[in-house]
Formats: sequence, C-alpha cells, structure tokens
Amino acid sequence: MEALDLARWQFGITTVYHFLFVPLTIGLGVFVAGLQTAWHRTGQEHYLRLTKFFGKLFLINFAMGVVTGIVQEFQFGMNWSAYSVFVGDVFGAPLALEALLAFFLESTFLGLWIFGWDRLPKRVHLAAIWAAVIGSNLSAYFILAANAWMKHPVGYEVAGGRARMTDLWAVLTNSTALAQVPHVVAGAFVVAGGFVLAVCGHRILAERRADPDRTVPMRRGAGGATAMWRTPVRAALVMTALAGAVVAGTGDASGKLLHEQQPMKLAAAEGLERDTAGAAFSPVPGLEVPALLSLLAANDPQAVVRGTEDLQEEFARRFGPGDYRPNVPVVYLSFRVMIVFGLTVVALSVLGLWLTRRRRRVPGPERELPSWLARAFVLALPLPFLAMTAGWLLSEIGRQPWTVQGELLTAASVSPGVGLTEVAVSLAVFTLLYGLLAAAEAVLLVRHVTAGPEPAPPAVPPPGGADGRDAAGALQPTLMY
Amino acid sequence: MELTTLWFAVIAFLWTGFFVLEGFDFGVGMLAPLVSRGEGERRQALATIGPVWDGNEVWLISAVGAMFAAFPAWYAGLLSAFYLPIVLVLAGLIVRGVGLEWRGKVARASERAWCDLGVGIGSALPAFLWGALFADLLHDDALAALVGGVFSLALCLLHGAVFLALKTSGPVRARARRAALAASALVLPVGIAALSGIPSTTAAEWSADPWPWACALAAMAALAAGAALTWRGRDGWAFTATASSVALTGAALFTALWPAPLPGLTVAEAASGPYTLGVLTWIGLIALPFVLGYQGWTYWVFRRRLTAETS
Ligand code: HDD
Ligand code: HEM
Ligand code: HEM
Repeated sequence: MEALDLARWQFGITTVYHFLFVPLTIGLGVFVAGLQTAWHRTGQEHYLRLTKFFGKLFLINFAMGVVTGIVQEFQFGMNWSAYSVFVGDVFGAPLALEALLAFFLESTFLGLWIFGWDRLPKRVHLAAIWAAVIGSNLSAYFILAANAWMKHPVGYEVAGGRARMTDLWAVLTNSTALAQVPHVVAGAFVVAGGFVLAVCGHRILAERRADPDRTVPMRRGAGGATAMWRTPVRAALVMTALAGAVVAGTGDASGKLLHEQQPMKLAAAEGLERDTAGAAFSPVPGLEVPALLSLLAANDPQAVVRGTEDLQEEFARRFGPGDYRPNVPVVYLSFRVMIVFGLTVVALSVLGLWLTRRRRRVPGPERELPSWLARAFVLALPLPFLAMTAGWLLSEIGRQPWTVQGELLTAASVSPGVGLTEVAVSLAVFTLLYGLLAAAEAVLLVRHVTAGPEPAPPAVPPPGGADGRDAAGALQPTLMY
Repeated sequence: MELTTLWFAVIAFLWTGFFVLEGFDFGVGMLAPLVSRGEGERRQALATIGPVWDGNEVWLISAVGAMFAAFPAWYAGLLSAFYLPIVLVLAGLIVRGVGLEWRGKVARASERAWCDLGVGIGSALPAFLWGALFADLLHDDALAALVGGVFSLALCLLHGAVFLALKTSGPVRARARRAALAASALVLPVGIAALSGIPSTTAAEWSADPWPWACALAAMAALAAGAALTWRGRDGWAFTATASSVALTGAALFTALWPAPLPGLTVAEAASGPYTLGVLTWIGLIALPFVLGYQGWTYWVFRRRLTAETS
C-alpha cells in the first residue's frame, strides 16, 4: 500500500460523500423556494407549513454539504500538491470564482433566510432564499467547469512544467462543461424529486394508516387535512419527469463527447476491447441492443467505436509504455447503475403523473396516489443517490490513469512530501467522522419526517420585527432554529 | 501595482477578514457554554453568530481558493507541509458546522449537549491551530508555535467575549464582559511574551523590515485599548479595538511573510501567469464590492442586541 493508493481512497470517499448531500441541496433548495413563492403569492397557510417542513429537511442536509465541501477544497493541496501546482493557474480560477460569486451568496443569504423570518419584509425574505439557491446552482457550474477541464483540457498551454491559462472563456464554455453542467444539475433535481416523493409517500401512508377513511385527493380544490400533500407530490412528479428528460438528453450528448474526447472511457463503459463498427450496447446483462452504442456515440448505427485494447496500443505509442486502461468492470457497472437506477425513478414519476392525472368528464371518486405507488416511492429513495454516485464513478474512474486527460497522470499528481502514515491518519479521521455524521443525519431526517409538519401557526401574528417593520400583519413565524 | 503584489495583498486581506470575522465566532463558540445558564441563554449566546458564521467561514474558503488560483505553489506547499494540523482544523470545522446547524433541530437535551461540545471543540481547535501553524511557518520552532497558538486562542476568546457583550443584554452580557476581562489578562502577557521572546529578534532585522513589528506593536496597543474599553463598558468601541487588533495581527503576519510566503519559495515563483491574475483581478474588482455590501447589510439586519426571550 502506498500513500498514492490511500490518497486515492481518501479522495474517492470524501468526494462521493460530499456529493451525497450536494444534489439534495441543489434540488431541494429550489423546491423550498418554490413553495415559499407559492405561499407568498396565494397566502395559503399550508404552503407555509410545507415550506417550513421541507425547509428543515433542507437545512439538516445543507449543513453536511457545507462542512464536507471545505474538506474538498483543502484536499487538492494536501494530497495532490503536484497536481495543484500543475493545474492551479487554470483550475484555481473557477474555484476562486465559485467562492467569490457563489459561496458568499449562498451562505450569507441562507443565514438571512433562516434568521430573517421575523426581521425582513416578506418579499425580501423570499428573495433571500432565491439568492441562496441561485448561489448553489452557480457553484455547481463553476466546480463542474473545473472538473470538465480535467476531462477535456482547453484554453491553456503548458510552459515550465505547469499549465497556463490562455483563455478563461474557453474554460468556462468547454463543450464538456456545457454537457456536464445540465446533466449533473438535472440529476440533482431527479435526486430531490425522488427524495420529496419518498417523504410524501411516507407521510401519506402514515396518515392513511392512522385514519383509513381519509383520502389524499390529488385534485385542486379538494379539501381535507391531507390535501396538503397534493402540491408537493404533483410538483415533485413534474420536476422529476422533466429533469429526467434533460438528464437523458444531456447524457446522450455526453456520450457523443466521450466518443470524441475520451474514447477510452466510452470503451470501458461498454467493455469493448476492439474497435468495432456498429457496436452494440447491453443496458442490462443478457440484453444486447445491436448498434445502440454506435448510435449513442456518433448518431450513426454503423460508426466505429474504439476498443480498450486498440486504444491501449495507440496510447502506449503516443505517451510511452504504461497501462492506460481504467478499471473496466467498475466503469462498466457504474454506467449501468447510473442509467438504470436513475431512469427507474424517472419512470415511477411518469407513472405517478399518469395515475394522478385529472380525469375529464368522468365524475366519481377523486384520484388518489395509490398506496402501492407511495410505497414504491419510499423504496426507491436510495436509487437516485446511487445513480448520481455511479455517474461520478464512471466519470472519474473512467478517466484514470489520468487526472488531466493526456497531460498529467494520477501517479504524478500526488503530494511528494506526504507520507503513508499521514494519509492513513486523515483517512481514518474523516471516515470515522463521516460515518458518525451520516448516521446522525439519517436519524434527524427520519425523525423530522415522522413528526410531520408543525401544526398551523396561530392566527394572531406575533409581535412585529425587531426594527418594528411588521410586514402586512401576515403570519410571521420566528426562527427556524 | 504589480499583479503578484496585488494578489498577495488580496490574499492577505481575505485571510485577515477571516481572522477578524471568524475570530469572534470561534470565541463565541468556545464561550457560549461558559456565559449562559440554561437553554434560553445558550440560544441567546449562539444566536449572535447564527446568521453570520457560515458567511464568515467563506472568507477562509475564498482565501484558500484565491491562493490556489493566484499562487498554486503556495497553496499546495502550505497545505501539504502542514498536513496533520490541517486535518485537525478541518475536523474542527466539520463538527462545529454541524453542531451549530443541528443544535436547533435535535430533540433531547443530551443531543444539544453534544452539539455544544462540537461547537466548543470545533471552535477551539482551529483558533489554536491557525495561530500555531502560522507561528511555526514564521519561526520554524515548536515553542514559537505553542505561543502562537495560545495567543490566537486567547485573542479569539477576547474578541468573541467582546462581541457577545456587544450583541446581548442581561446576565449573558454581564458574564461576557467578565470573560473579556479574564481573556485580556491572558492574551496581553502572552502577546508580550511572543513579541519579546522570539529568538530571532535582532535590531538589524527590526530596522531592515520594520513593518511586521510596527503592526504587531500596534496590535498590542489595540488589545490594551480593547481591555480598557471593556472595563468602561464601551462595548462598541471595545469591539472596534479588538477587531483592529486581530486585523493588525494579520497585517503583521502577512508583512512578515512577504516576499517569501514559504521558506525558499518567493511570491513571484509561486504565482500564476499574468493572464490568470489579470482576469481574476477584473472579476474580483466587480464581485468584491457586492460581497462586502450584502455581508455588511446582514450585520445591519441583525444589529439589535438579543435578549434571552427573543432568541
Ligand atoms: C455539482 C455540484 C458540486 C460539486 C461537483 C462539488 N460541490 Fe462543493 N458544494 C456544492 C456543489 C458542488 C453546493 C451545492 O453548492 C454546496 C453543498 C452545500 C453548500 O453549502 O453548497 C457545496 C459546498 C461546498 C463548500 C462549502 C461552501 C460553504 O461553506 O458555503 C466548499 C468549500 C466546496 N463545496 C468545495 C468543493 C470542491 C473543492 C469540490 C470538488 C471536488 C466540490 N465542492 C464538488
Ligand atoms: C462531487 C463529485 C465527484 C465525485 C463523486 C468524484 C469521485 C471521484 C472518485 C471516486 C475518484 C477516485 C478514482 C480512483 O481512484 O480511481 C476521484 C478522483 C479524483 N477526482 Fe473526482 N469526483 C468528483 C468531483 C471532482 C471534481 C469536481 C474534481 C475537480 C475539481 C475532481 C478531481 C479529482 C481528482 C484530482 C482525483 C484524483 C484522485 C484519483 O484520480 O484517484 N473530482 N474522484
Ligand atoms: C439516459 C440516461 C443517461 C445517459 C445516457 C448518461 C450518460 C452519461 C455519460 C456518458 C457520462 C460521462 C460523462 C463524462 O465522463 O464526461 C455521465 C456522467 C454522469 N451522469 Fe449520466 N447518463 C444518464 C442518466 C443519468 C442519471 C439518471 C443520473 C442521476 C440521477 C446521472 C448522473 C450522472 C453524473 C452525476 C455523472 C458524472 C458527471 C459527468 O461526468 O457529467 N446520469 N452520464
């Protein structure tokens, strides 16, 4: 075992961990902001209760995204100092932009939102959450542009053993980034949609168990206590289905870019050993769709898709002796997990939309979310998270042995001065801490979901804000803390 | 000004901003259990930093991000050289962050106690370690590192206590003032020891490079002023004085690091190319005023003193 291996494990573990929380932050933030907007527009109380209910879940998760993100930023310098020196000129710029343009926005306005319920005019308070979620989404763009550069370096030259940026615009509009950003952000909305559906499914089932006669109508205008789940369920169904379409479209675009830019990754993703015309694709073992891979790669069923062995020979000629193949079984498996698990959630949401559609002309009982579907949403909760993680494994492990495709090998990226013991200690510290915190977060989320939304706030508005600006006498809840 | 100098100054500014802002929320994190009796007062104490701590922490993230972009070799050299202290800093920031965010969402008193512990330890660790790390960087000496760590820890305690006194009323304020006086009784002697006891202090160095020393002396003067103003109950001015003291300590640090922020590595060698520095400058010029504006506005929104009832 070398320091390099441990450093890779550490990077893999901490990044995958960070990215468990990140997509939920990105998607759920927008969802909560949407609910608050609905409250602002309509003044209906159940929107406020939902805002606070999902807002709390959002905040529990957000904390983990923040604290694990800090580790990410330091890790490049700690474990990958050779890499950092090589790429800093190019790679550091989007990271600095992310901090300056996105993180400040996100953290400052979220603080205002959490503590500002009774201090800010309603409109400004609503703007605060929108500013925060815009920050989250901006941050995704910058970090993904940085990551895309590692797969497809553009806008730079190598001088004196270091990459030098020559064109920031080229880095920010890298074709790889333009496919990757919508792919990942839409994936984040699939995750958030799946999460909201699981939460609502659980609540609906619990309320039905508590009171079998109660129905959960999925139609506008239907009254009753449980009618409050109609909005989040419908909104999450629409969100997941739309995001699923974007994920599939941009995933297809990513495949075409791989064909041009990272043929080795594409070959590994299908386990294709030799250059093949009209290459087939097997979405699940045992099922082989002829010519699908060629179609995915080049929009042409007869196109030649490169194979790992042929590429290996070519790379060895170009870059000198060495093994340029990634871990094929892992990449192969990840590709399928990403597509199948991710699209399962999307399919469930399309099904949900169909089953809860409005029935024209047919009077009769209102359409409800069937209990079996609610149960399926709960069971499907892990799927989008696994799909997301698998996408990253495909993307990062498929790029190996390079950190920067064609420019810098992973083995040459590691910190020369950091020893095995040090990395082992930090790996142990982070793994232990992360394990404990994951368990704590799970407990907190489950508890809050089980407790359900807080009862309607009192009709009497509490005393006015600290500076005497009580907005419009509407419901003014105090801190969410 | 030449771009590498400008970016060194920007990074010094971001780090110093981090010390000043997060300095008091580290202090509040450590002091909260000491100055409050009961849950209402504990929440009152922590609510003084609740809306702002994450924004303050982004100063650190920006400082490190800017180092990565503008001086990659400095960023990489510093973080890999101080590997284990950085691991501890990160562990501290992790438990502190989740402690602050989760303490209002857990149900039982015992769980809140765990959160408070996380906030306390998670504030103390970085407060000590940043001081120790930078003192070690300057002097390459274990004793200097220890003194530096104790100094920065005590400085955060004082700064946090003064902030608490400024932002609260009632018994918490009274205890925070006493804590501030106790902290100044610790930080002043340690500061003087740090200034006089550092082995490398010679008259020749002093005259060759007077800025670090001038800043350090001014920082001590500001500290003394902060203690005196706290004594007189002038909370606002006392906070201005301790904030200046932290800022001047930052200035002393970065003037001492110039022009070689790591042994054997000059700013010019560490720097990114002129193109990168140029675009970063433009972006910084456009973005920084907005950031300062809305962060300042946040402090304005939450400017009121907190009482135990409203928090
Ligand atoms: C696609 C999106 C995405 C990706 C690939 C990453 N992050 Fe992240 N990051 C976010 C999206 C995000 C976010 C959604 O914006 C977070 C989550 C919670 C939060 O506060 O912001 C965040 C938080 C976050 C923070 C804390 C910000 C704060 O205190 O407010 C830092 C320092 C980083 N990240 C840094 C990184 C680095 C160095 C990464 C590369 C390995 C990385 N993130 C991958
Ligand atoms: C948050 C989403 C990400 C995930 C889940 C992820 C996942 C991974 C994994 C699993 C590895 C280990 C691969 C291996 O050892 O075979 C890895 C390596 C690496 N990734 Fe990513 N990554 C993410 C984002 C990024 C981003 C945004 C960057 C750059 C900005 C990046 C840079 C690297 C580097 C430098 C390595 C080197 C370590 C190595 O190759 O082993 N990653 N990543
Ligand atoms: C039709 C279905 C999909 C296709 C064809 C597809 C295709 C791809 C391809 C080719 C990549 C590699 C890009 C690269 O390394 O440059 C990728 C990456 C990724 N995918 Fe998918 N994907 C699909 C569905 C999904 C779903 C449903 C999710 C999550 C919910 C997801 C999440 C990700 C993530 C997080 C990455 C890593 C980031 C990136 O490299 O863009 N994908 N996808």
